Amino acid sequence: MSETLPLVEMRDISIAFPGVKALDGVDFRLFQGEVHALMGENGAGKSTLIKALTGVYKIDSGAIIVSGQERQLHGTADAQNAGISTVYQEVNLVTNLTIGENVMLGHEVRGLFGINWKATHQSATEALKRLGLDTLDTHKPLSTLSIGMQQLVAISRAMVIKAKVLILDEPTSSLDANEVEGLFRVVRTLRDQGVAILFVSHFLDQIYAISDRLTILRNGKYEGEYLTKSLDRHDLISKMIGKDLDTLTSLGGNRRHTRRDAATEKPLVSLTGLGKRGAIEATDLDIHRGEVVGFAGLLGAGRTELARLLYGADRADRGTITLHDKKLDVKSPADALDAHIAFSTENRRDEGIIAELTVRENLILAVQAKRGWARPVSRKERDEIVDRYMTELNVRPSDPGLLIKNLSGGNQQKVLLGRWLATNPELLILDEPTRGIDVGAKAEIQETVAQLAEDGVSVIFISSELEEVVRLSERIIVLKDHKKIGEIVNGPDVTAQQVVDLIAAHGVDSEAAASAQHVVENETRMKDHS
Amino acid sequence: MSTQSNTARVRELIRTPFFWGIVAILALLALNVIKDPSYLALTINETNGNVVGNLVDILRASAPILMIAVGMSLVIATGGIDLSVGSVMAVSGAVSMEFLKGASNTNSVGVAMAAVGLALIVSALLGAVNGVLVAYIGLQPFISTLIMMLAGRGIAKVITSGQNTSASSDPFRWIANGYLIGLPVVFFLAIALVVVVGLIVRRSALGLMIEAIGINPKASRMAGIKPTGLLLTVYIASGVLAGVAGVMSVGTVMTVDISRTGYQLELDAILAVVIGGTSLAGGKFSFSGAVVGALLIATLDKTVLFLGVSSSATPAFKAIVIVVLCLLQSQRVRSWFIQRRRPPTTLSESKAQQPREEVPV
Repeated sequence: MSETLPLVEMRDISIAFPGVKALDGVDFRLFQGEVHALMGENGAGKSTLIKALTGVYKIDSGAIIVSGQERQLHGTADAQNAGISTVYQEVNLVTNLTIGENVMLGHEVRGLFGINWKATHQSATEALKRLGLDTLDTHKPLSTLSIGMQQLVAISRAMVIKAKVLILDEPTSSLDANEVEGLFRVVRTLRDQGVAILFVSHFLDQIYAISDRLTILRNGKYEGEYLTKSLDRHDLISKMIGKDLDTLTSLGGNRRHTRRDAATEKPLVSLTGLGKRGAIEATDLDIHRGEVVGFAGLLGAGRTELARLLYGADRADRGTITLHDKKLDVKSPADALDAHIAFSTENRRDEGIIAELTVRENLILAVQAKRGWARPVSRKERDEIVDRYMTELNVRPSDPGLLIKNLSGGNQQKVLLGRWLATNPELLILDEPTRGIDVGAKAEIQETVAQLAEDGVSVIFISSELEEVVRLSERIIVLKDHKKIGEIVNGPDVTAQQVVDLIAAHGVDSEAAASAQHVVENETRMKDHS
Repeated sequence: MSTQSNTARVRELIRTPFFWGIVAILALLALNVIKDPSYLALTINETNGNVVGNLVDILRASAPILMIAVGMSLVIATGGIDLSVGSVMAVSGAVSMEFLKGASNTNSVGVAMAAVGLALIVSALLGAVNGVLVAYIGLQPFISTLIMMLAGRGIAKVITSGQNTSASSDPFRWIANGYLIGLPVVFFLAIALVVVVGLIVRRSALGLMIEAIGINPKASRMAGIKPTGLLLTVYIASGVLAGVAGVMSVGTVMTVDISRTGYQLELDAILAVVIGGTSLAGGKFSFSGAVVGALLIATLDKTVLFLGVSSSATPAFKAIVIVVLCLLQSQRVRSWFIQRRRPPTTLSESKAQQPREEVPV
């Protein structure tokens, strides 16, 4: 990493999309034998920069210099010829082919009579050996490997073309701690062989564990290049979001101190024995006006399942819901919306946004659905709703005519939040509202939740980040194995550790305790299990 | 400055999906003019003041296709398809002809209106059956409407006892063959219905909701949209519009031909919709596009006749025109042409000043 010539140099790169300047004069350098992390919030331009380097997007201005030679990259084939190889977040492999076939796909060794399979598998074994994976049997189907090992196979496939530059885009998002360690061993091996590695991840711990140098982008602009060891976390986050971290952590942090006398106050919503076979066992729960109730538990513990029954997204097969002392029969989400219950899904892409519609249309959709098609939202009303929530929730870019799919994840989430708020809910269910979005947007959403409760809206807050649940909720419902196992009234002395202990103690399962711990440690983890 | 904004406008025009449809219509007309320079001539019939000419014929022929194309646009936008429109046309024609045949005073306006009304009610019922199968039973639209496509011709046969039924009714005939201020009534009727349906769909929230469920049914349900009622409405609308097309179609000859009326017109309607730029995957739809598509199909049919293409070669001729059109509409093919025309060395400079065509996905 001395001041030799960089292997890749991107100078003054700009790319504009309709309505958005995705990259604005960005510089980037990548040296031989280093792991370089590309950092920034969602929408900062990381993916765009990577796509410029892999030839997916054409650059509007600037220059890309690889090995001292300026290159025009039109398409991924050009990038591969320049020695640049990419491994994406989702594993792009064919699971029912063998490991060897996957590694060599498109580069099979050919003999006189077509493909020479013996030599192909031999080359595959060599390719895997270079990564220290010589124990794998190349004749076994890829599907016999864990996701983590498949990711390593994907890397060895990327290295078959003898790449000088390897781009790893969020490679760890679906891996557990051991698999991440395995991946890092391979990355270090490659680095020591002189490969330049560009690494993108949301996990700060991993950035500090693996990277030598990092470049920060903010709002499509170049923030700076730093040696990882000389920049502490606090400074890194501040530079990513352009604000001081302390102002962010103080936001929404005061909710947990307010307490109510649950015994005397009448609940807004009561669930009595609400359940569904195979999803969630019969559950009792009261929610009061203006209360934030957190659902804590591991993924698949029944948090989402319970919320979906309450919203009518799934039909309960037992139990009742009582709202304002009246029995409520929710057969569909439309019924729930009529009763002023709104639900923001954890699955933003598949169940949240309507990608091809504009931000404006997405915002008013629930209000419109509530009214039925025959009574359209008037232009004036629509503009009021759009103006109000775009400003209040700070949606960027602030052009309601853009298609929502062109917004970053955090901003899509804000638009969806606006969609539900526009229906004037009395109970708002937020399922993983901060998953996969950046620190700044996260704080803004947490602040909104606190403000809503202040205004008398009840909120069910579901999150894998226990810290967040503990910080925002007045009461925490703990779920495990499709069952409610406890309730914690929040207070200054309640910590995420207590919740973990409760989960771990229940049924005395040491493995569960370990994975519960894992949830806390990976608090900024983005999980996409669609 | 003005030239620059003009080129920008042209660029935008070329990118509208049905631009190439308009070009194709003009090209076909030009082809006809080459064959006969007086093709476009319009003359005025001296006895009744009606405008006559090939263009008027095209407008008249386009009317039934327009009707079913509009219905098809709505169905396709929801992510479905309606294969039964041709058969519904036959049923609608059979119902009205059979009713008129049995009626006593067929030249009264009231009786003709009753015939039309009855035909539309039956068409709406058939559309409702499609809608129930798709929305409530959950069958795939392709299968549901395929069943109706096959059953429809059978129903028409039952209604007419297997005969090609004829009837006479001047008011009924007037709908298809009459003239209003010198132009065909059917064309006015078709345009009026397109405008009315367009207003209903775009002024209410129907259009938005149809597009929403076409793009992402799961997310639409979570947003509180109830798809069942919407789907039923859309299939009924498609049925009624096919019924109107059936009335227009049998009115010209006052005979329903069970096996020919509306035969394969569902395919013409689907083509018209696709040429108009609506994706078969559902979502965004455009009525103006469907109108251009329907006019193109009508022009194509008339051109085939006029050029005297032998009837055996007609399908191939139509296919060639449509393939060329689809190629021109394809983003990928167009970008090949653009890249070829521009020398590669100046690519980076010229690119900087131009608006980008790509959108991040």
